[in-house]
Amino acid sequence: MRIAALLSGIALACAVHASEDKLKAGVFDPPRAAPDFSLEGSDGGELKLSRYRGKVVVLGFGFSHCPEICPTTLATLARAQKKLGAGAKELQVVYVTVDPERDSPERLRAYLAAFDPSFIGGTGSPERLAKVREAYGIFAARIGGKDRYGFDHSSFVYLVDREGSLRALIPYGRSADDIAHDIAILLKK
Amino acid sequence: MKRRLRYALILAAALPPSAVLWAALGPFVPEDRNQVFEIPQGTWARRMAGDNVSILPNEVRLTLGVRDVLVLKNRDDVPQVFGPVLMMPGQSFSLPFEMASTYRFACTAHASGQMTVTVEPTPGLGWERLAWRTRELF
Repeated sequence: MRIAALLSGIALACAVHASEDKLKAGVFDPPRAAPDFSLEGSDGGELKLSRYRGKVVVLGFGFSHCPEICPTTLATLARAQKKLGAGAKELQVVYVTVDPERDSPERLRAYLAAFDPSFIGGTGSPERLAKVREAYGIFAARIGGKDRYGFDHSSFVYLVDREGSLRALIPYGRSADDIAHDIAILLKK
Repeated sequence: MKRRLRYALILAAALPPSAVLWAALGPFVPEDRNQVFEIPQGTWARRMAGDNVSILPNEVRLTLGVRDVLVLKNRDDVPQVFGPVLMMPGQSFSLPFEMASTYRFACTAHASGQMTVTVEPTPGLGWERLAWRTRELF
């Protein structure tokens, strides 16, 4: 009887542990290497994804004039980062613009700093940015007139693990708690 | 003999109401909560040959707590943009949903450029559950 109780206790503990270790985001199986890129960083240096090997990277695409999706996503990421406590320094948020015409490195730096000063942006020539989007399956289409325009663009963000593997995709709208939960799992590994 | 026949008739009469009762009140014990969509091998070649291959519907309907994990599998020999994701050959992608809502993803595979995933709440006891199970049957 005691052995049965012990075994069921172990099984329950394993089940709880398994669910804690399960990502809430969309998971790639098997994970593939996250395509590297070389862009102009908002910190004034060269922005390469491989520069952050050893950290967990949240990689998103957007533009600083975005009225809703980007500010919501970045604010949620900033909240998720704070929830990580000491683990926050092991996380790097990288935001690549889809609007190189208006998003200079300086503009990106000022924009991202409003959410968290550690966030880094990437820009470059339209051709180079298009190649990065293609490598990540990102959709971006310019909408509106010549002077007043915006972009219809993919709203999800990627999670890249410490080894540089593309592990998961977080759809737009997930809570800071869910995002922090997934990042914490990747930080443990 | 007569008694056996009587029992058989009672059983036959009781079975359909029992089935309906179970369908309306029975708990969901899903072994697998995955809704799987797969790109078969050779899809790209068929598209190149002019075949209008459609694998992923414009709207995917999921049910919370019953079938609420969207699973995409690329069995083709080339990378494919499938729903919101770029998938390498042999790669799969599973996205669990925890909230009933309508989710819209950009999807180049569709003429509309969009794929909608509608996640419905877990059917409640009674009519909702009966309707859900009947729909699943057909």
